[in-house]
Amino acid sequence: MSFIKKPRIELPTQQRNDIGLLERDYEGPMSTLCAGCGHDSISAAIVRAFWELSIPPEKVIKLSGIGCSSKTPAYLLPGSHGFNSVHGRMPSVATGALAGNRDLVCIGISGDGDSLSIGFGQFGHAVRRNLNMLYLIENNGVYGLTKGQFSAAADKGSKAKRGDINQWKNIDPVSTAISMGSSFVARGFSGDREQLVTLIKAGIMHPGCAIVDVVSPCVTFNNHPGSTKSYTYTRDHYHPVSQADFVPPATEIRTSYAEGESTVVALHDGSSLHLKKTDSGYDATNRSRVMRFLEQQRARGEVVTGLLYINTELPEMHDIYRTSATPMKDLEFEKLNPGSSVLAELQARMR
Amino acid sequence: MTQQRVNDFVIKIGTVNGTGSASANNLLLKALFRMGIPVTGKNLFPSNIQGLPTWYGIRANRDGYMSRSLRVDVLVALNNQTYQRDMENLCPGGFMVYDSTWPRAKQLNRDDITVLGVPLAKMCNENFSDARVRILMKNIAYVGVLAALMSIDTQVLQTLIEETFASKPKLIESNLKAMGLGYDYTMENFTCPLPVRAETMGDNRKHIMIDGNSAAALGCLYAGATVGAWYPITPSTSMMDAFKKYCKTYRIDAQTGKKNYCIIQAEDELAAAGMVVGANWVGARAFTPTSGPGISLMSEFIGFAYYAEIPAVFFNVQRVGPSTGMPTRTQQCDIMACAYASHGDTQHPLLLPANPHECFEMAVKAFDLAEHLQTPVFVLSDLDIGMNDWMIPELEWDDTYRPNRGKVLNSEEVEELEKFCRYLDSDGDGIAPRTLPGVSPKAAYFVRGSGHNKNALYTENSDEYQEIIDRLLVKWKTARKRVPGPVLEPAAEKTSIGIIAYGSSDGAVTEALDGLAAMGIHADYMRVRAFPFDDEVTGFVKSHETIFVVEQNRDAQLRSLLILETNTDAQKLVPVLHYNGMPIPAQCVVEGVCAHMRVEVMA
Repeated sequence: MSFIKKPRIELPTQQRNDIGLLERDYEGPMSTLCAGCGHDSISAAIVRAFWELSIPPEKVIKLSGIGCSSKTPAYLLPGSHGFNSVHGRMPSVATGALAGNRDLVCIGISGDGDSLSIGFGQFGHAVRRNLNMLYLIENNGVYGLTKGQFSAAADKGSKAKRGDINQWKNIDPVSTAISMGSSFVARGFSGDREQLVTLIKAGIMHPGCAIVDVVSPCVTFNNHPGSTKSYTYTRDHYHPVSQADFVPPATEIRTSYAEGESTVVALHDGSSLHLKKTDSGYDATNRSRVMRFLEQQRARGEVVTGLLYINTELPEMHDIYRTSATPMKDLEFEKLNPGSSVLAELQARMR
Repeated sequence: MTQQRVNDFVIKIGTVNGTGSASANNLLLKALFRMGIPVTGKNLFPSNIQGLPTWYGIRANRDGYMSRSLRVDVLVALNNQTYQRDMENLCPGGFMVYDSTWPRAKQLNRDDITVLGVPLAKMCNENFSDARVRILMKNIAYVGVLAALMSIDTQVLQTLIEETFASKPKLIESNLKAMGLGYDYTMENFTCPLPVRAETMGDNRKHIMIDGNSAAALGCLYAGATVGAWYPITPSTSMMDAFKKYCKTYRIDAQTGKKNYCIIQAEDELAAAGMVVGANWVGARAFTPTSGPGISLMSEFIGFAYYAEIPAVFFNVQRVGPSTGMPTRTQQCDIMACAYASHGDTQHPLLLPANPHECFEMAVKAFDLAEHLQTPVFVLSDLDIGMNDWMIPELEWDDTYRPNRGKVLNSEEVEELEKFCRYLDSDGDGIAPRTLPGVSPKAAYFVRGSGHNKNALYTENSDEYQEIIDRLLVKWKTARKRVPGPVLEPAAEKTSIGIIAYGSSDGAVTEALDGLAAMGIHADYMRVRAFPFDDEVTGFVKSHETIFVVEQNRDAQLRSLLILETNTDAQKLVPVLHYNGMPIPAQCVVEGVCAHMRVEVMA
């Protein structure tokens, strides 16, 4: 993906995080996406989330498939190894990368075409393996780079820029992921940065596959009247149900919620997620109720956002495989190779 | 009177898939092996779980010929569905054992063979009560019959049974009993031994019996591969089964009980390839075993890994194509598809093992090459090598071996650089140093399959694009120097005739060379072991007037590759082809050469 180098401006007011880095250190070169593209807001939210969590950039891998969404890893975290894979295949590369080095913090950035059409299978299997990664879908309902075809995420009845009406039922990544047994499903909106940063932080820290579907309007091909993925439509039908705050281990909880308004979800490393309910009665840990709620809101055309479902008890891929705590790539050769005497012994049984 | 055939015969056993004859056949094979007779076992099986015909052929040959022989000397016909066809394939003077528990149709007679009826089912029904045991023991009973007929050492058989079931003494008892039933009946009712028989020849202690998939899996274990991603496909599946088995024994951490390996059954071959690429990218040795249809699906990632320069090891255990083809039959039909797999200008090193011994060695070599060259490397085995039982010299391991991880910079090395340029080659071998994720922010770079420059940045600039793609050609030259060279077997007399073959065609060629020499046709033989071809291969092609290219596919793919890559006159490369799905026999090579030389084949 093309990019333009950004001038580095030092501002004295900038804050350093716990590892001494500025937010600027997490920013990449200038994006070449269209001005006003929702994806750029998401990139900014990712930068903010990683900076706030003080994650060393070199511990992060950022992967993507093909499409506008998949260009974005080039515009953030310049100190992290990046991998722009082939269309719809980001999850398999992430699976291999995490199989080889489980210590890496993995973020996969995909789009609705990348994950719901060509890569639908791999998306499903990343969820099924509960791969320990943040899996972000920048969802604009349209193929931008090829000039405006509907994607599988486009709502039935939604109007294309050239006037066509979409005849096909959409695939919703949120309800699909929940029905496939996902451990963490959220939806955000590129126009609500405050909520999005908290969702991304929660997703990064979640020990498993965190699916974050982000409605991200395409200003060029899908931001007109009649589109259900436009800024206007999304703002008009916006329905946040929860906000997730990540609280690191041994940190004093500063935010106070009224009783019955928040749920604390403990993570294995001693940290926790505080779910603030903005819609009373929403329970993000009850799968069947979440599904029912989402179905009701969908019928009304509402865009439900927030941390919609979470289960931190589900084991991730390495827990299920019982692989060593040492990353595969760091295992000493002596531990891997049984040596000549074993080979001789083994062959005694082949005679 | 039938000719005496001592330690030179083929036994064929026709049974029904799913009746458990494999252990009996293995017992026979191992017994002959322990008697010191060179032996091979070929399993001919259907794409089916239960009920369809299956055959097992054992060739014992004192001269060490390993290829499939077209003759059948002794037939054990236990499958009514194939009875007639099996009998027709028996050579004149041959012997047929059948289960005389049931009557045999009269029209199924041949007057040039000897038919020996043994009431196998009846004996087993009388002596064993459990229905499944009766079926299994019928197999062991025919081992006893053959032991009596062919002088197969019963003491050796007994030891084998005792070793096999060491942990289940009751099974030793029943197996020995079943073997005894067959043996005793045969000794009492027929003149034993037959003219076709075995005789202890010495010892095979420096050899083992193994299939290529197990040997390749062992190679992966010894190479230090930690990540295996795969999608089940015949005939490669048993390779991952074997890798898993070895890992369970040798790769469980003694302290923690955790696995020092990670095997992922992928959702499809596309994903398996993506996983292998991802794991190698972060620095773990990763591989996938597959077959032709899998390679088709993996091609997108193969081209990606070639262009983005990521190591990856692909084992292609070839089966009959095109499309689904015949999954349980063998061919050498993917050499062209693998050599240039994926769209755009791509070319890949191929290693071409001819037997399980080389499957082991080349598996290790494949990882070293892939990491050294930062590119996908293929090991092209096939069903015949991968799934059949081969007698090979003992595998050896050099404990001083350490993996060649190629040019990988650590954080200190990166710090010393003014700037890290991922795709900049500084020493002229076409290989640029890489870094692994997790090292330092300065070492970070962006992998992409789109146009990129030497700094790993996106480019649509013609010169920057071409600089990378031209450097990959320099790397290809380095590959040429590092792949295993060919094996040359010069003729006893000076000749202008050459034979080129690869992989599992080797056995047929070496056997045919002796036959041809006896007819006065001498040929130098070069077995190519890798692609790209090195200077020695080019030299061989240039220095012979006529070169027979022996291979197991319809379109003479190796010949085409030789024409393309050695820039030779197509006229002098004569194809000798065998592609019906059965392993190539020596006779095919002899006939092919003779047909061209206009010499009548001596009967």
